Amino acid sequence: MSSVTRRAGVFIGLVAMLGCFSLAGYVISLLQGNPSLDRMLVWFAGAVVGHDLVAFPLYAATDRLSVAVFHAAKVNYLRVPAAASALLFVVYLPGIIRQGGNTYVAATGQTQEPFLGRWILLTAIAFALSGLVYVVRLAFTRRGSTA
Amino acid sequence: MSTSSRVRGRAIDAFDEPRYGFPAKFWRGLESHRPPGLDPSRLWRSPLRGPRFTAVLSLGLLIGLPLLIGTGLLSYVAYGPQFGQALPGHVGWLHLPWFGWPTRPSWLYQLTQGLHVDLGFVLIPLLLAKLWSVLPKLFVWPPARSLTDVASRLSLGLLVGSVLFEFVTGVLNVQYDYVFGFDFYTAHYFGAWVFIGALVAHVAARLPRMVAALRSRPVANDELTASSPITPTISRRGALALVGGGMVAIAALTVGQTVGGPARKLALLLPRGRSLGSGPNAFQVNKTAVAAGITTVQIGPQWRLKLVGGTGSMTLDRPALLALPQHQATLPIACVEGWSTTQTWSGVRLIDLARLVGMTHPSSAHVTSVQRFGAFTSATLQGNQVRDDNALLALRVNGADLSPDHGFPARIIVPALPGVHNTKWVGSIEFRGHV
Repeated sequence: MSSVTRRAGVFIGLVAMLGCFSLAGYVISLLQGNPSLDRMLVWFAGAVVGHDLVAFPLYAATDRLSVAVFHAAKVNYLRVPAAASALLFVVYLPGIIRQGGNTYVAATGQTQEPFLGRWILLTAIAFALSGLVYVVRLAFTRRGSTA
Repeated sequence: MSTSSRVRGRAIDAFDEPRYGFPAKFWRGLESHRPPGLDPSRLWRSPLRGPRFTAVLSLGLLIGLPLLIGTGLLSYVAYGPQFGQALPGHVGWLHLPWFGWPTRPSWLYQLTQGLHVDLGFVLIPLLLAKLWSVLPKLFVWPPARSLTDVASRLSLGLLVGSVLFEFVTGVLNVQYDYVFGFDFYTAHYFGAWVFIGALVAHVAARLPRMVAALRSRPVANDELTASSPITPTISRRGALALVGGGMVAIAALTVGQTVGGPARKLALLLPRGRSLGSGPNAFQVNKTAVAAGITTVQIGPQWRLKLVGGTGSMTLDRPALLALPQHQATLPIACVEGWSTTQTWSGVRLIDLARLVGMTHPSSAHVTSVQRFGAFTSATLQGNQVRDDNALLALRVNGADLSPDHGFPARIIVPALPGVHNTKWVGSIEFRGHV
């Protein structure tokens, strides 16, 4: 019984995989003659390389370093606001670094001027809040130990 | 079927000598030539990773991604592919079944497209966490033990490539950053289909594993749990809370662009969270009159609206339009980029204009702007969109004349229509169908 369901599972997996390759092939066939196809493929592959082989090693190494440098009990008070700041930077990157300024003005009638300042402010708030939590907790544990 | 016996069966496999597919000699040889530096016990030491941790993240994505895909595909239908005006134009079999996009509720496109874009933003931390949690698998040695393994890894490549491609292009488009240099619609739409196929294949292959891990059953061939983990600096629950906190933060900084009102100010880092001052016309603009190349002559006193229908054609100037029965409607403009703005518009019902040229039951209408260059200088409306009581040729907004940026002298506003099809600076409307 279990070997039958297992084989059925493997079969379904193989069919779905075949379907996925066929679909990707069909998409490529529909895009034949599109002058931007090469560029799209470069961005497709570049996204994988950029995430798996560039961004990931960078942030993992940074994280390991911070764990090595700071005390384990303190590291999260830096890690959390740093992660928040990095997340906002990545997600809202175009506005922060003012990329695509011309299309931005054409679409909205405004400029990207305020975003960098706002991101810095949000980052500062995240670190300040984290510091506040740290100080408060420290005060409580001190009081607990002296009582 | 007995899940426990199946799991046991697999678990036994894991302790057996590894099996190799064809050509076995090659795979066995590959396994014995592990490149230096790929020792998993030294590379992967986080105590967080494990099948259950990954399964929790996967469950979140399994709920979110179908919603993301569904709303995205709906947007294509909302653009009116039956008139050849959905982008990209030629998609073969790759589309939902055609249906006429409804006009009620009027916030339908605001909901579906707001959900699509905002949910996409919110899922970013979850996606990144999931990718982090499974990264050891990318460096597993040998990379394959059979040709099926090779195919399976290639399909994972399609999955990771397409999901990153979709998120990156979507996030850039919302922020008007076209650094990628290809047509966004084409890339995002076809990329979505590659993603759909790869996601279905992935779920079909891995769903039982996710369910087993969520039920805390042992999972065979665990390649995620570190063999020599470092001392934890954060608990698994803490890490999940961090991911959830990131999602909440992104939601707080994003949904304001869709729901508008006081929440708009919270979208601090997005184009559509900004204030445009005060006044009846101080709301979000989609492409300014200057950017569209609209001249003062085109929209000055010489401007005329041309109506074409079953009994011929006629031209009207703005005072003539204002002399016709005026109707008021509070409707959103909801853009493909996920932002919306709801305003109170007034003007002439489209169906009243159709009747002026002898069309009592138009089956469609082709609206052309005086804008000469650029995208979306014309749009075709479905019959139901022309006939809706709240479908207007708007002349005024919030009690004032439209500003040039909002389409003066006259613009289309139709309930639940994708924003950009609410043509601005309308020059002519051709009503089609039986008289």
